[in-house]
Amino acid sequence: MTTTATFSRYADLPALIGLMGGDEKHDGASLSTTDVLWVLYDRVLDVTPATAEDPARDRFLLSKGHGPTSYYAVLAAKGFLGVPTLRGWAAFDSPLGHHPDRVLAPGVEIGSGSLGHGLPLALGSALGLRAQGIRKADGTEPRVVVLVGDGELDEGSNHEAIAAAGRLGADNLTAVVVDNASSEHGWPGGIGRRFEVEGWTLREVNGRDHAALEDAFTPARDGRPLVVVARIRNGN
Amino acid sequence: MRETFAATVNRVLDQDPRTALVLAVISNGMFRRSARKHPGRVIDLGIREQAMIGVAGGLALTGMRPIVHSYAPFLVERPFEQIKLDLGHQDVGAILVSIGASYDAAEAGRTHQSPGDVALLDTLPGWTVHVPGHPDEVRDMLEQAIPGDDRVYVRLSGTTNRAPLPVGPRLNVLRTGSPRSAGVVLAVGPMLDRTLEATADLDVTVAHTATVRPFDREGLSTLAAAAGNADVLLVEPYLRGTSAHEVSEALADRRHRQRSLGVARDTELRAYGTSAEHARAHGLDTEGIAKAARDFFLV
Repeated sequence: MTTTATFSRYADLPALIGLMGGDEKHDGASLSTTDVLWVLYDRVLDVTPATAEDPARDRFLLSKGHGPTSYYAVLAAKGFLGVPTLRGWAAFDSPLGHHPDRVLAPGVEIGSGSLGHGLPLALGSALGLRAQGIRKADGTEPRVVVLVGDGELDEGSNHEAIAAAGRLGADNLTAVVVDNASSEHGWPGGIGRRFEVEGWTLREVNGRDHAALEDAFTPARDGRPLVVVARIRNGN
Repeated sequence: MRETFAATVNRVLDQDPRTALVLAVISNGMFRRSARKHPGRVIDLGIREQAMIGVAGGLALTGMRPIVHSYAPFLVERPFEQIKLDLGHQDVGAILVSIGASYDAAEAGRTHQSPGDVALLDTLPGWTVHVPGHPDEVRDMLEQAIPGDDRVYVRLSGTTNRAPLPVGPRLNVLRTGSPRSAGVVLAVGPMLDRTLEATADLDVTVAHTATVRPFDREGLSTLAAAAGNADVLLVEPYLRGTSAHEVSEALADRRHRQRSLGVARDTELRAYGTSAEHARAHGLDTEGIAKAARDFFLV
């Protein structure tokens, strides 16, 4: 049995995360995204280590770049990262830091950590794929999925991108908002409403329910970008 | 320069499928034909300058060559963190093209002026900064930059020199002083004609560049070595002293004096009026440059 096979299951994620210590401040931020990340890489995204440079790959952009241990663990479980690499994380010569860097870490599409950058980058990527007419071998259009936090949505740059994506009909773009109610002043009426009024298709699910998440990520191809609000509650 | 920029970009949008133009309303009327012909590659985001840079970064991540345009304060200052992270940190490129220069929009007041744009970009690694002095140079710079993947800033101005000069990384020498000359005057972009006039009766070498980053340190060092004194007067159309550290590096191996002319750093000029009146207030008109040159070169 190879190392990769040993650490390739959902059940292995806690052990993989356990290899990275010393960022207790961001533990909550990381653990709230574990299930969403697993479902995306295990069931939704059409990207593997072999196709990581393919122009027609699906793209996943982690905008909420703080607390990336779940992200690194999923990338390791899926073979983008070597498992031993996790041990040295945040050391001077490690490609893995407390915020990911696309230039250093294999499989990482954007460098992130400063909030409010991923959604505009994702919109630009979606528009770029569309403008070039890029298609997969089966003729379908690659998609761009970006993960943002509910607290991160406080940043105004996200609202610029939410409005523009709706008007431009970027239906190859999916935003997943992990809602663990961490926004300082909250979002009256729910976060999804902010997207809906700008012309997005809204799906709200339990952020721990793998089958519900997989369904929610199914593209609608209705000319509208898709937002999946994944609710996470303490103890859930 | 703005018309030349629009004509050049409209043409390359027809010719090069890798190019995309990203706008935040400003100048969108100049690109209506291209927007109809290439709807996916002319992207007007509305008045959303942060998203404008982020979207450009995303386009570049998929292999496209984004050209991004607005007034300098909205293009560089408002989304500065996006420029740092969505382009530089992602290790992707774009061509940013500003209008307004330092005080071209004199009547509009401080909100539409950005004399600090080049100094601000100078805090980031990897940028090529062009300050054209003639519309033909704008066309040449864009044609050179578009096939690449790097980060380029082109700063359009309402002020132009009478004739275009070669575009490239090397200083252009317009006048060579004697072996006993007082030193070297370096004029940037649209400051050349008035600098030549202001120094006409001085024994100095006058050089010019429309590309300030990377800075031609070697070229300046050679000119200073050939002059009677290694004294350098820098005439820039934006924040005073923006390239002073480059002059210091270029002349680090020899005793020298240097003085910088440019837009005042220590005060905000609260005045409307015309671009020419602002130039005078900052000592950047011909008279002001002439007086500063005589003071500095001790004549």
